[in-house]
This record gives sequence, C-alpha cells and structure tokens, in this order.
Amino acid sequence: MENIGALAILLAFCFAVYAVLGSLIGKWASRPLLVVSAERAVYCIWALLTTAAGILIYSLIHGDFRLAYVWEHSNRSMPAIYKFASWWGGQEGSLLFWSWLLASYSSVVVFKNRRKFRDMMPYVTAILMATQTFFLILIAFVAKPFNVWQEGRLIVDLRDGNGLNPLLQYWTMVIHPPMLYLGYVGFVVPFAFAMGSLITKQPGEAWIKTTRRWTLVTWMFQTTGILLGAGWAYAVLGWGGYWGWDPVENASLLPWITATAFLHSVMMQEKKGMMKIWNVVLVSTTFFLCIFGTFLTRSGVVNSVHAFAQSSIGTYFVAFLAIGIAATVYLILSRLDFLKSESQLESVLSRESSFLFNNLILLASCFAVLWGTLFPVISEAVTGEKISVDAPFFNRVQIPIAMFLMLLTGVGPLIAWRKSSVESLKRAFLWPMTGGVTVAVALAALGVRNGYALVSFMLCTFVTVTVLLEFYKGASAIRSKTGSSLLISMVELTHRNTPRYGGYLVHMGIVLMFVGFTGKAFDKDTTVELTPGSTIQLGQYELHTFPVETAQNENYGSMSLPVEVFKNGHDLGTLVPEHRVYIASKQPTSEVAIRRRLNEDLYLNFAGMSADNQRAVLQAYVFPLVSWIWIGYWVVLIGTLVCLTPAKSRLVWPRTQVVEIADKHAKVDH
Amino acid sequence: MNNYLKFGLLIVAIVGTLVWLAAGGISETKTYYKTIAEVNQMNRDSVDKRIRVGGDVAPNSIVREGREVRFTLAQDQLRLNVVYSGIDPLPDTFKDGAQALADGKLGPDGVFRATKIQAKCASKYEAKPTMAKPAA
Repeated sequence: MENIGALAILLAFCFAVYAVLGSLIGKWASRPLLVVSAERAVYCIWALLTTAAGILIYSLIHGDFRLAYVWEHSNRSMPAIYKFASWWGGQEGSLLFWSWLLASYSSVVVFKNRRKFRDMMPYVTAILMATQTFFLILIAFVAKPFNVWQEGRLIVDLRDGNGLNPLLQYWTMVIHPPMLYLGYVGFVVPFAFAMGSLITKQPGEAWIKTTRRWTLVTWMFQTTGILLGAGWAYAVLGWGGYWGWDPVENASLLPWITATAFLHSVMMQEKKGMMKIWNVVLVSTTFFLCIFGTFLTRSGVVNSVHAFAQSSIGTYFVAFLAIGIAATVYLILSRLDFLKSESQLESVLSRESSFLFNNLILLASCFAVLWGTLFPVISEAVTGEKISVDAPFFNRVQIPIAMFLMLLTGVGPLIAWRKSSVESLKRAFLWPMTGGVTVAVALAALGVRNGYALVSFMLCTFVTVTVLLEFYKGASAIRSKTGSSLLISMVELTHRNTPRYGGYLVHMGIVLMFVGFTGKAFDKDTTVELTPGSTIQLGQYELHTFPVETAQNENYGSMSLPVEVFKNGHDLGTLVPEHRVYIASKQPTSEVAIRRRLNEDLYLNFAGMSADNQRAVLQAYVFPLVSWIWIGYWVVLIGTLVCLTPAKSRLVWPRTQVVEIADKHAKVDH
Repeated sequence: MNNYLKFGLLIVAIVGTLVWLAAGGISETKTYYKTIAEVNQMNRDSVDKRIRVGGDVAPNSIVREGREVRFTLAQDQLRLNVVYSGIDPLPDTFKDGAQALADGKLGPDGVFRATKIQAKCASKYEAKPTMAKPAA
C-alpha cells in the first residue's frame, strides 16, 4: 500500500515537470497538442495525489502503525474525525495536503479557462505546475509521508500510535488548517494569471476580472481560517486570548493584509486604469508571503508554539523563494512600459487618494508585522545578540494603524472620484461625525476612560453611519421609483451592484470585529486556589464551586469542577470547566467553560489541583464584547458572498452576450 | 507638482509616525535571549533588561504559593531559581522535566522574576526505531 502511495507521489512529480516543459515548449514551438497534453497532465497529477492522499487517510483511520507518520500523529482511541484530521496534523501529511489542494485548484483553473485565454494559459499552467513541482520535490524526496519503521531490514509494526496533539483535538482544528491552506494555496492562482498576462502582454482588464474573483474567494477562505484559529485559541488554550502575535499567526496574517490591499487597489485599475504596476507587485507579494509563511512554520527559523519539528526543509524554501522573486522582479521590470498608468492623481481630497492611503497603511501594517516577526533573526545577524519583540510591540504599532484604516473605511464612500470640494465633504461628513462624537461623549459620560477605546468606538460609529447612509440613500431612490418597502428596496439596491454593497457589508463586519477587539480594554480576571465548595467574587459575578468529579475514557482521563454562577443574586446555571490528561501523549489540556453573551463572556478555566492536591486552581475571566468578533466574521462572510454574486445591473454584460440571448429567444419564437 | 508635494508630505508624515511608534515599541519591549550561564554571570546593573531564559524544569521544584509559582530551571549543572507571578495561567505543558522559556527580569537577589512562561513537552521520541524509506 505505502509503496503505491510513494509511487503515486513520484509519478505526480514527473507529470508536474512534464506539464511545465510541455506547456512552455508547446507554446514556443506552436504545438497545440503538446499544450493540451500538459493540461491533461494537470488532471493526472490530481488523480495521483488523490490516490496518495486516500492511502494515507486509509492508513490513518485503520491504524497502520508501520508508517512513521501514522504512528506519530494518530492512535487507536482517537475519534475517526481526528484520525482524518491527522492528514494535515504533521509536516509530511500537511505538505501532501498542500500539493493536493494545489492540484485541485490547478485542475479547476485549467478546466475553466482552457478555451478562454488561449494565449496566456500555457504560461499560467507552467507557473502553477512549477509551484506544484517544488512541493512534490519536498514530499517525494525530503519529507516523505510514507516512511515505515524499520529495524535493520525488518519492517516494524508498532502496537499503538502517539496520537494527534490533544490541543488539536477540537472541532475548529478540523476545519482551521484546511481553510488556511485553501487560502494560502489559492493565492497561487492570481499570481499565475498576473505573470501569464505580463509575459504575453495581455491587456489588464480580462485577467483582472478573473483574478479578482479568485482573490476574493481565496481571501474568504483565508479570513475564515484566521478567525477559526482565533476562535480555537480562545476556546481551547485556556488563557482567553484569540491572538498572540505568534510568528505563525503572523505568517497567516501577512498575505491576508496584502490581499486586502490588492482587493482595494484593483478597483483603481478597473475603474481608472491606474496602479497597474502596484497591483502586479501586490499579487506577487501575496503569493511569496504565502510561500514564506509555509516556510516560517516549517523551518524552525523562529520560535513558535505552532512550530513543526526543526528540519532541513528550510533551504529548499529559501531557494524557491529566491528564484521566484528574482524571476518576478525581472519580469515586472522588463514590462514596465506595458504597465503605464492611464490617468493621474488629481487631488489629495479624492477617492483615488483614499485608496492610495488605504494601500500605504495596509502595506505599512504588513511590514511592521514582518519586521516584528523576523526581529530575532535580524538582530542576531546584525548584533550577534538574539533579541525578540512581543505582543506589546505589535499592539503599539497596529492599534493606531487599525484606527487610521477604520477612518479611511468611513471616508472612502463619502469622497468623490477625481476631486472633492471641501463644501461637499462637510455635508457628507455631518451625520457620520455627529454620530461618532455623540457615542464617544456618551461613553465618556458613562465612565469609559480608556482613550483608545473611546476613539475606536467613535470610529466604529462613524463607519456604521456612513454605511447605513449609503444603503438608505440608494434604497430611498429605488423606493421613490418603485414604491416598494425600504427593506425590499435595499435588497434590490444590493442586487443591482453586488460588488459595491457587498463590500459595504464586509466593512460592517470588520466594524463589528473591531467592537469585539475593543472589548479587550475592559477585561477582568482572577486566579484563586480554593477548597471546592467555597465561593468567589468577580465583578458582578458570584461563583460557587462544587466538589471535583473525575471520569475516564479510552482517550483521556478528566477532572471537572462544577461552578454555579450568580449575577447580582440571580442564578445563571452551572458551568463545568474540565481538566484532561490524554493517555497516549500524557499531555494535560484544559476544557474551559464559557458562558457566551453579546455583552460579555464569562470564561472559567480549571487549571488543575494545587501541589498538595487539596485545592482546585480556578481562573475566572470576564471578556466584554468578544462575541462581536465572531458575529462580525459572519457578516464579513455574507458580504463576501454577496460580492461574488453576479450583479443584476445590465451594464456588466458585454454587448455580444445580450445579442446572443436575443438570438436564442428569436429562435424559440420561430 | 504642488499636488505631488502634498502627497509626499502626507506620506512622509504617516510613515514617520509609524516608524516612531515602531522604534519606541521595540526599545520598550525588546527581550534578550540569554542562557542560564549568562544570567548567572550578569552584574547587578543589568537588572532592568527584559530577558528570556530557557532550560528544563528541575524535577519536583514546582511550588505554588497563592498566585505565585516558584520553580528551578536547569541546564546541565547550572540552576536558576524563578518565581512566576504573571496573570496568564501556566501552560498545560508546564511540568517537571519540560523545556520552559521564562520572560522577565533578574531580581537583585539573583532570583528571576518571570512574567510569562512558555513550555514544550519533553521529547518523547528519543527511543524510536531507525527510519527508512519504503522499498518502492
């Protein structure tokens, strides 16, 4: 079995090399059949990698502990879903997963576009397959998923495996890695299109449309992945945080930031033919940051809680990055003429300029995160002393950046293209500013003294009012024409221009997330060692504990501490935080109990027994507004889906298609 | 040209502010990686430096006293007494024999005051059979 898997990977590698050479030579020598055969090779790679992945999953689920990978990441007592998730639980398997996803994406791209962009497609295929080749080199020759245990010449079958890291045995961890990977891998596609159009000197408009949709879908996966990770950290790690500026978290954020910048600046290219070089640079940066992120996670360059085992894999990544970046830079420089801007910036007070600053700020944010992440490496190289920076550094830089971005989010829709007069701005800003200031003053009067929180709530209100006004103005116009209700008019309005109003919805979601982040300023916490049966106080909450209960199953043993919660004398029911020790890995984990409400979460963590085993250690937190982060995510998701829905507006359709439809109707009439 | 000047000034102002914030952030929060040997040799005037020190948690050295946790970090024969009084709970992986990283400052009495602890499980892969590739 494992031989078939290894063989499939090896064959996939050969096919990938063939696909690169076939499409390039076919293109240069004008041999269309060779190009088609390269496209078929893409489908073959998918089939081969699906076979290899299938074998690995089968071995994981059936517990074939002759395989080193299965032994290290699975065991008999784990539920089947986690056995399946072990596919991406370790270095080798997750690289196989990466390759498989890339093969799936490539197949879809090739299938959907094979007739559309005849000129460009061979290059797109070649770039996709070059990346594929790189990852197949890794799993075929360096980090092989089908290694077996062997003593001398004898294959050893071990009785039971090590098990997946217990911290990862949680439902979001089953979806979090696939989502992030769908994001990471997906950014290869816009990059391939950008490069393809550069090589063939295609006019920008065609590829930009395809790429924008891909980027949006990928961006959605990436957002989902990041938020699932945050949700997992919050619910599992027991310290109540959702973001720790860990290098690996940063690695997933970096391409997300540049992709966000691209999604904004691409509008400048679509509408005004500006920022063409910039867009190509952003697409390429996003792609290389994805590869870089994968490299950071796996090479052991930086210390991280997420880190995979240290391995020699890093040098391969460095080589791939170096070659890729050099080629991209050369290509962009040699095509500068073709990327000339069609119009110029006319005024500081214009929509164009707000996009420009939006991009500047996002890039600055990206750079700051990168700098902070690599600081230990840089400082060691320069001064010889290893120095790291921590969360306070990131917060200090990112909070003002985030506030400024928030401001721009509100300003953008209010400001006209080309040039805005100060008069019209005064009119446009009147209500949003009034709203924001009112909220800030009201909160200050209620006793909120945290400066950042006040500014943040003010900006959140500012943006909310602008977005609501946009919907209201548009919907009122429709209502006065059609006479339908305001709600129906809003739906109609959104349907007419989905990218615009979907975008506003995404902004609304981000605002809600910011409300959640701002709640961090008001956290309360306490840690106590208590004799079960006693009562403690936290803010308005009174926590009454009961004796510890113990339980055991084949996967883990557990102790739980029931806590009855009272708020201002009202009984709110019982929360049961639990402390587990997993049998296979002997690793303890905490199952926190959270009472989630819109205004605040009550978060209880049973950290185990005191040294003398007489008292329980209980950590209790109150986290205000955290739920809004997750609500905000759902709004972002819905907004993105709206963006992806084709607009009803007829202007979008090219004339030829309308004629075709008319023809069809004519035929039916006959 | 006037227009470009305006843009230039705005961009310089924004980037300047961020660089200033970042520089301040780094000098305030930077942490030096030190070994136990280096920490033991440090003189008393470097007590204000933020330090990250790593080692193994000496067996049976973990003592909880209310919100404080005392333990000893060990590296070969060297020892460093640590007292942790941070607000975050200790990680689940923090136990006897685990590899731990302590962030904090050295106290004047030579006891390390940690405000943050990270821990990794002691490696349990030591006695594994030699690996070989499948005979494909």
